[in-house]
Amino acid sequence: MLESKDLVKNYGSKSAVNHVSLTLQPGHIYAILGPNGSGKTTWMKMVTGLVRPTSGTILFEGSPIGIDSRRHIAYMSTEPYFYTFMSIHDVGQYYADFFEDFSMTRYADLMQQMDLDLKLKVKTLSSGMMAKLKVGVTLARDARLYLLDEPFNGIDLLARDAIRKTILEAAQPEKALLLSSHLVEEMESIADTAIFLSEGKLIEMRDLEEMRTQDGISMTERYREIYGKTED
Amino acid sequence: MEFNPLIPIWLQVETDIKLNMIRGTIAPGSKLPGGRDLALQYTINPNTAARVYQELEKEGLCQTRRGLGTFATDEPEKIRQVREDMAKNAIARFMAELKDLGYTKEEAITLLIETEDANHA
Repeated sequence: MLESKDLVKNYGSKSAVNHVSLTLQPGHIYAILGPNGSGKTTWMKMVTGLVRPTSGTILFEGSPIGIDSRRHIAYMSTEPYFYTFMSIHDVGQYYADFFEDFSMTRYADLMQQMDLDLKLKVKTLSSGMMAKLKVGVTLARDARLYLLDEPFNGIDLLARDAIRKTILEAAQPEKALLLSSHLVEEMESIADTAIFLSEGKLIEMRDLEEMRTQDGISMTERYREIYGKTED
Repeated sequence: MEFNPLIPIWLQVETDIKLNMIRGTIAPGSKLPGGRDLALQYTINPNTAARVYQELEKEGLCQTRRGLGTFATDEPEKIRQVREDMAKNAIARFMAELKDLGYTKEEAITLLIETEDANHA
């Protein structure tokens, strides 16, 4: 579905993403992992078309990414990006104007599922509610590939549970989801494949159940093995 | 359900379903949730959920009928067998630990009976 071929992004003399080659397939939930500065966000932004690669190629369904692929790739960034004067309902309308594939019905369902009242104003939301809104607004699009940057950060246990359920609801055989998080444990049971990045380089891509069977090791343990010596 | 992340998740869910079949919480012959619903119920990856049914099917504990869904076995013999297998596994773990502590089989059995009697006296 998505191919990142020898992808590089340099900022000055520093490499944020360093020759990353990997392929994402439909029907999977990927966890992209690595300490701060390992290149996760830059890689996602290149796939979304928000950052231009220094070199390398990104193919979506065999074609270079561009206006067409943008319609099929939904990205949730870490930055908050809602106008605070809007209500949750307004946010939906606003997105519906931007994205053809945004479904107001699906948005309302997602909000209800996560217990968010459409009448609430953005400025009154707690961090957990804000996180749910961000995930909801992204998953209300009928995209093929969803990239969620830090969906679990800074929120309580119950909000994390709600978001995990919502992510699983969105998973379909013809779609792929990719999640980044510092809360590795949160993704153990919902992801099937882990992508480990370090200093912009791809360390490895592993099937999690295979890793548990063959090496008797969890994603969290593997994370410690790989990054144990790195300060985060 | 809390998972042990070191053990394959499909195996933990499969074990839980087997326990429910043995206890009767899942009635013989009853319809099991679809793969997606199973994934949501346990908060697991949908591919893991699919694997759970594949493994249960391999052991003859469930059956997928095209277009109808997946059903628990209605053969009491299969349930009896899985119950016995799980009991044997529990005994194997128990004996391995006691042998580590230097107990013989006879000593282990005596201790088991004494302890259980004392606990339920």
